[in-house]
Amino acid sequence: MSLKGAGYIVGAYEHPTRKAPDKSVTLLHAECAKGALEDAGLTKDDVDGYFCAGDAPGLGPLSMVDYMNLKCRHVDSTDVGGSSYQVAVGHALEAIATGRCSIALITLAGRPRSEGMATGTAPRAGNPAQAEMQFEYPYGPATANMYAMCAMRHMHQYGTTSEQLAWIKVAASHHAQYNPHAMLRDVVTVEDVVKSPMVATPLHRLDCCVISDGGGALIVTSPEIAKSLKRPLVKVIGIGESPKHQAGGEIDLTFSAAAWSGPPAWEMAGIKPSDIKYASIYDSFTITVLMQLEDLGFCEKGQGGKFVSDGNLISGVGKLPFNTDGGGLCSNHPANRGGITKIIEAVRQLRGEAHPKLQVPNCDLAIAHGTGGSLGTRHCGSTVILERE
Amino acid sequence: MAYVQRKIPFIGTPDTNPETKPFWDGCAAGKLILPRCTDTGKFIWYPRAISPFTLGPVEWVEVSGRGKIYTFSVMARAETPYAIAYVTLEEGPSMMTNIVDCDFATLKVGQDVKLKFVPTEGGPPMPMFAPA
Repeated sequence: MSLKGAGYIVGAYEHPTRKAPDKSVTLLHAECAKGALEDAGLTKDDVDGYFCAGDAPGLGPLSMVDYMNLKCRHVDSTDVGGSSYQVAVGHALEAIATGRCSIALITLAGRPRSEGMATGTAPRAGNPAQAEMQFEYPYGPATANMYAMCAMRHMHQYGTTSEQLAWIKVAASHHAQYNPHAMLRDVVTVEDVVKSPMVATPLHRLDCCVISDGGGALIVTSPEIAKSLKRPLVKVIGIGESPKHQAGGEIDLTFSAAAWSGPPAWEMAGIKPSDIKYASIYDSFTITVLMQLEDLGFCEKGQGGKFVSDGNLISGVGKLPFNTDGGGLCSNHPANRGGITKIIEAVRQLRGEAHPKLQVPNCDLAIAHGTGGSLGTRHCGSTVILERE
Repeated sequence: MAYVQRKIPFIGTPDTNPETKPFWDGCAAGKLILPRCTDTGKFIWYPRAISPFTLGPVEWVEVSGRGKIYTFSVMARAETPYAIAYVTLEEGPSMMTNIVDCDFATLKVGQDVKLKFVPTEGGPPMPMFAPA
């Protein structure tokens, strides 16, 4: 059974906050839920399926459905980090197609900024019983240096340069100048990026995403219900998810899990990368974007550096407008998980509701790809392809 | 930027994953002892007592301690900067580690390195590598 077109995204909401010391994470989840339901023209009592990731406060989804007083027939708290929300869209399609729910609510929220979390540079001690923990933690794996090792290998193998990576940030900053909620609204140059302080070689400060509070929510529903609502129709036509890891020591950091999650999504959608008018690409770091673009087939493997250069990702300038909200690099990275905001901006573009300066003309096909976990050790790639009907 | 020894944190105890005792005993004795898949003969990183290649048995075997840097990154933002790396061992697998006793600025992907054990806080010494 193909899930192509089995669900539509009818509600999308991004919390405007970037710093919320006066609100709990649960309240932020609920505010996002309210926003997405209002966007769809639905109420909380319409929801019969709820999706969050494992970071939502409580045991899986239980505390959240209690807090929001949702009466659900189906819940799912699959956690694959920042890519959980693309995965949730796919799982919502499966649940809708098999009659387990009809209106699915997906929420994300968090406030690492208010909590003073050194997201990128502090190694995080986990449960020592976690299989790899004792064999990795002493070496100081943080987020930044894990992605940096991928960048270092990519540079060695393909000749990618810091200047090429910088173009990704430059493009994001060109977009963020129009987003009043973005944390970093100043347009930057390649020189600004490569002269910013080194965080973890070869990644500079401006190669890294922001640390922000906030959240987002989505409503996914059946074709019948979607067509009864008053919003533009955004159909899910392709989904894919795949984890990638160290393979017992046969480690290859030159590609991401997008190389595995992309092909089934393209096949389901029946389209190819050159058909895409707008791309939301997970941008925890500049290298994340570059590798995903290659692995999703937007350019040949190893040619990502050339592809992103000279403004090719800037809306109205280049061939592939990306992250027109400013993305994680400039706008926000709520809960250190950027998957949901990728989908939200793709929905805006398909509805024609992006900023007028950045709206892609006749935007009928978009992709929203997430990478969750750590690119240098174990992560998940998840791909959603959307069509405006 | 020259290497300065940092405090190496250790988490849990060698008893946390009791089946990996041969690895920890090796560390205590200054030997890098890794599991090798009995069925395929392939060495395994990170240590575990069931083969990730076949879910079959493993045997614990000392390796040479010679390898090449697969990739690395110097954490410039840390209080004491350090170089995390994957080193591809002569025997096959790539392992996460640190590169020590070096000028960080001269490190290169593909560089030959050799094993050196470095003390940790509250745990056994951990295998790291220095330029060969």
